[in-house]
Amino acid sequence: MEKQEPLKKAGSTSGKEAAEYHIKDRCLIIKVKQDLDHHNTLSIREQSDKLLDKGQIKSIVFDFSGTDFMDSSGIGVIMGRYKRLTLSGGKIFVTGINRNLDRIFRMSGLYRIVPKFDSIEEAVARSR
Amino acid sequence: MDTNEMLLEFDSRSENESFARSVVASFVAQLDPTLEEISDIKTAVSEAVTNAIIHGYEEMKGKVVVVCRIFEHEVYVEVRDRGKGIKDIKQAMVPLFTTKPEEERSGMGFSFMEAFMDELDVESEMGKGTIVKMKKKIH
Repeated sequence: MEKQEPLKKAGSTSGKEAAEYHIKDRCLIIKVKQDLDHHNTLSIREQSDKLLDKGQIKSIVFDFSGTDFMDSSGIGVIMGRYKRLTLSGGKIFVTGINRNLDRIFRMSGLYRIVPKFDSIEEAVARSR
Repeated sequence: MDTNEMLLEFDSRSENESFARSVVASFVAQLDPTLEEISDIKTAVSEAVTNAIIHGYEEMKGKVVVVCRIFEHEVYVEVRDRGKGIKDIKQAMVPLFTTKPEEERSGMGFSFMEAFMDELDVESEMGKGTIVKMKKKIH
């Protein structure tokens, strides 16, 4: 897996990165490391868009195995990336969803456009 | 059992969203809630506090107040701001409605507060601020 250097922080003053970003087979893997709330979506939005701007990325996998909290701000950041990627025929997948997050995904109907997979590998394979 | 109440006041900075929901979760822990109940309360508090910061103060400086009261098996949470107020509360509560689509707001904030708590009541006055009141029974 090609490892990205940690990028400059935005919207974060805690010193802890909200997420890690890796690119594999033109798929951007965003490993969420903090609660996905409004505060942390600010940097994730900025960092992921910077990478998407380069035009190489076809799909995104959000890996939630490193977090157990997400509120409606998280839905906003996923929907925002979905809107960007679908314009170029790309897709978004999610993995590592715990029970709390699963309820948020179900209630918001997000699974209808963002399928869930059991592992990053499966999601990346599906994105090809 | 007597009531037990706490009051938290903090700046309208996004860093404080996780602080606020964690404090409420810790306070409520004395009722011995399930993980799911704790998660429900954290989500609802997070939504209300985020609304105060983004919409109430439009990310300008102000104070957000969170009051949490527990009595027997019930949790009462109030989130207050002295921001701009909500023009049309009914419209604001419609799922997917948002005044800030450009900021990628999902419009699900009030829907989650309603879904995760037993009762939700919103009072707001233009130019004066907003008070969100929520209740939940811990089983």
